[in-house]
Amino acid sequence: MTGPARTLPAGRSPLLRWRAAGRLPVLPLLAFAVVAVVASPLVFVGVQAAQSGWDQAQRLLGRPLIATLLWNTATLAAAVTAATAVLGFGAAYLVERTDLPGRRWWTVALTLPLAVPEFVRGYSWVSLFSSVRGYWGAVLVMTCSLYPLVFLPVAATLRRADSAAEEVSRSLGRGPLATLWRVTLPLTRTALAGGALLVSLYLLGEYGAFAMLRFTTFATAIFTQYKLGFDAASAALLTLVLVALALLLVLLEAGTSRRGRVARRGTAGRRAAPVRLGLWRLPVLVALTALVGTALGVPLYALGYWLVRGSSTTLPSASVFSAALTTLGYAATAALVATAAAVPVALYAWRRATRLARTAERAAYLTRALPGIAVALSVVHFAIRYAQPMYQQPPLLVAGYVILFFPLALTAVRAALAQVPPGVEEVARSLGTRPLAVLLRVTLPLVLPGLGAAAAMVALTASTELTATLLLRPTGTQTLATQFWVYTSGLAYGAAAPYAALMVAMSVPPVLLLTRRTLGPNPRTETNR
Amino acid sequence: MLGSVRPVAALSLATVCVLALAACGSSGGGTSTDTSTAASSASTGQSLAGQTVTVYSGQHEQTVKALAADFEKRTGVKVELRSGDEAELANQILQEGKASPADVFYAENPPALTVLEEQGLLAPVQPDTLKSVPAEDSSPKGDWVGVSARTAAFLAAEGKGADTAPPASVRDLAKPEWKGRLGIAPSETDFAPIVTRMIKTDGADAARQWLLGLKANAKSYGSNEDLSAAINSGEVEGGVIDHYYFYRLRDEKTTAQTHSKLHYFAKSDPGALIDVSGAGALKSGKHQQAAQAFLGYLASAPAQTLIATSESYEYPLVAGVKAKAELPVLDTIGSVASVADLGDGKEALQLLQDTGLLA
Repeated sequence: MTGPARTLPAGRSPLLRWRAAGRLPVLPLLAFAVVAVVASPLVFVGVQAAQSGWDQAQRLLGRPLIATLLWNTATLAAAVTAATAVLGFGAAYLVERTDLPGRRWWTVALTLPLAVPEFVRGYSWVSLFSSVRGYWGAVLVMTCSLYPLVFLPVAATLRRADSAAEEVSRSLGRGPLATLWRVTLPLTRTALAGGALLVSLYLLGEYGAFAMLRFTTFATAIFTQYKLGFDAASAALLTLVLVALALLLVLLEAGTSRRGRVARRGTAGRRAAPVRLGLWRLPVLVALTALVGTALGVPLYALGYWLVRGSSTTLPSASVFSAALTTLGYAATAALVATAAAVPVALYAWRRATRLARTAERAAYLTRALPGIAVALSVVHFAIRYAQPMYQQPPLLVAGYVILFFPLALTAVRAALAQVPPGVEEVARSLGTRPLAVLLRVTLPLVLPGLGAAAAMVALTASTELTATLLLRPTGTQTLATQFWVYTSGLAYGAAAPYAALMVAMSVPPVLLLTRRTLGPNPRTETNR
Repeated sequence: MLGSVRPVAALSLATVCVLALAACGSSGGGTSTDTSTAASSASTGQSLAGQTVTVYSGQHEQTVKALAADFEKRTGVKVELRSGDEAELANQILQEGKASPADVFYAENPPALTVLEEQGLLAPVQPDTLKSVPAEDSSPKGDWVGVSARTAAFLAAEGKGADTAPPASVRDLAKPEWKGRLGIAPSETDFAPIVTRMIKTDGADAARQWLLGLKANAKSYGSNEDLSAAINSGEVEGGVIDHYYFYRLRDEKTTAQTHSKLHYFAKSDPGALIDVSGAGALKSGKHQQAAQAFLGYLASAPAQTLIATSESYEYPLVAGVKAKAELPVLDTIGSVASVADLGDGKEALQLLQDTGLLA
């Protein structure tokens, strides 16, 4: 369904067009500037790795253990990605396309696992169930923690997606399941593939939760070099292997989304009459309850247990509230900046489907596969050399969050843009609207649910981030995550619990606000019936 | 519909940001304003009051906070405390190089300090400070001073075989009779010194065999906290751990919920290891005098008393300051891990990697 307006300009060199227009190519410049900043940790890793000798490379990579670790990483990423794709899509479909009762609250409950700190995720399972260990333990815990990364973009896409195709499919006699498979699923391809990519990339560089589950992945080897070797060069060398794997995944994702794009025709997407669950209502409710109960219930139960049973306590304490305010400020700012930064990159790749534009967009994903410590040290490295006055000041921590979580925002914005009919901007412009006004009054309103999902994903994830926070925060700044860490590392779980509980509780209002447009019955549905 | 929600959402988000960033700004401000005044008063040898010292600390935060507050009260020097994981902080200082804002680095283990010392990033500690703790507890080159100590011990699940018949030597743990009964946390910085000690006492080959035996016998845990919890819950019978994890666990769980007991290896055993925490001043620090004053304070009786009575359950190093009464006397337990032997920990790390205990 490629629009004619899209293929036309791609035929001429973009440079020629800019020169002809006599204007600065603002959008490409912005997009490349953002990608340059977001991809800077890759440069850091490359430069550091070059300082490590070839002998060291052979010694580290030649060990038999490395093959096992790579196998662990690959099999875990495969299983968790598949599971999160199924759960994330299924949950989004139920919330957006069926007459499920209490959809608004389901969306919040289904999103909240993102706001559970990594330590609580791992520790709650390990302390409650001694059998949750190793490979299957890691699959379970990571699936429960990461499926919202698929759920949010897919739900946002479904919310805005034109239901006409689905209605036509059903009116032509296809059952709801066939319609789901042949029409709805392809409609969400960009969101689904993007979310799955985020999950798999995250798993490559993840370490903390696996250590608790007694499961070793390739990232374990990298942490050994940082932690016991104090050897950033060797660590970077090993990290290059992760970058190569990430590249493979990004190319794989590019392959799935190249198979044509799906866009609706009209700008005012209508919602289909919801699919009636009928007899399925009860099993579906049970299934969703089980999902939320597992993903959110287990960590919350552990927190409650610590609060009640731990002998150390920090309640009531002013530091809890000031830490909450600080966390809120950083998370919200990072969400705004990351979402704003994602717009030019996604827009550039969407408008000009050139290889250069798509490469830039995809390069921004690679950073997601780096361990948090590598990204944080990279920000330290560059900031102290080139932005000394900003070093250990609030903007630096925001920058760290943005670099870490930019791919989350990009995924949601991309998925939303993929739904916008190709010619719409050209039409608006041909009617005499100035480009910036087109963006503000036509394009952005069309992708609003995607922007909301982007901000929600970044804010929630950033509010629990620890590694970069410890390294980049202004001296003396305390967030909920750093305070939580201070107490858990001293084994004072009772004192730590309020901080984690607040992280989860605090996430409810932003999720409600940001996903509001993806939630609840759209009044238009009723009038259309 | 479209118009009604958007402004509200945007406005409330923006408000939240402005409000909270204002809060961040106020807590983060004032970090770098004092440089010039501090430098001038340092050069004229005036009182330190009004100066600032930035401390990167990988030590137990609650204790260091108490120390910083006491130091501020005594000297009028403001302490900017940056707590973190000691290895991450060491890596951070290595990346920062000469531009590091850190004046003092307070680490949990000698290797983190030795790495900085080898890079020439540490300034010599004032002789008076070094003199107040036993010489073996500080850097042989005098670039950092020992502050507190902890001991390796054997934590056993109460009533299990490991508790009723605890191992006399850490060497025993590699024997077949311990198969499936042990836990270890090889990725923790506390484990490597025992490996170093084994290399020194028994030789590299024996140490390798010992590690292979240990690997066959033990479940591997990601952290000391995980390991002590696993022992306490009976998941494994026992494991080698620093003594204070037991006391901290007991404080949190209450005595009724504590189902583990601490045993010590025989005094001459390689497992009867005392490990020191230390602190050094950064050569690049802009507040050298205040940094030295802070090191001097850490090695003083008031600071050592604070450490000894804090909930971190560490041993003080200064003569005359007593550890908590429930802790066994340090001299009866074992000997201090030689700082020179420990080095930057690479030898132990390589052996751990070669035997596959570490990735």
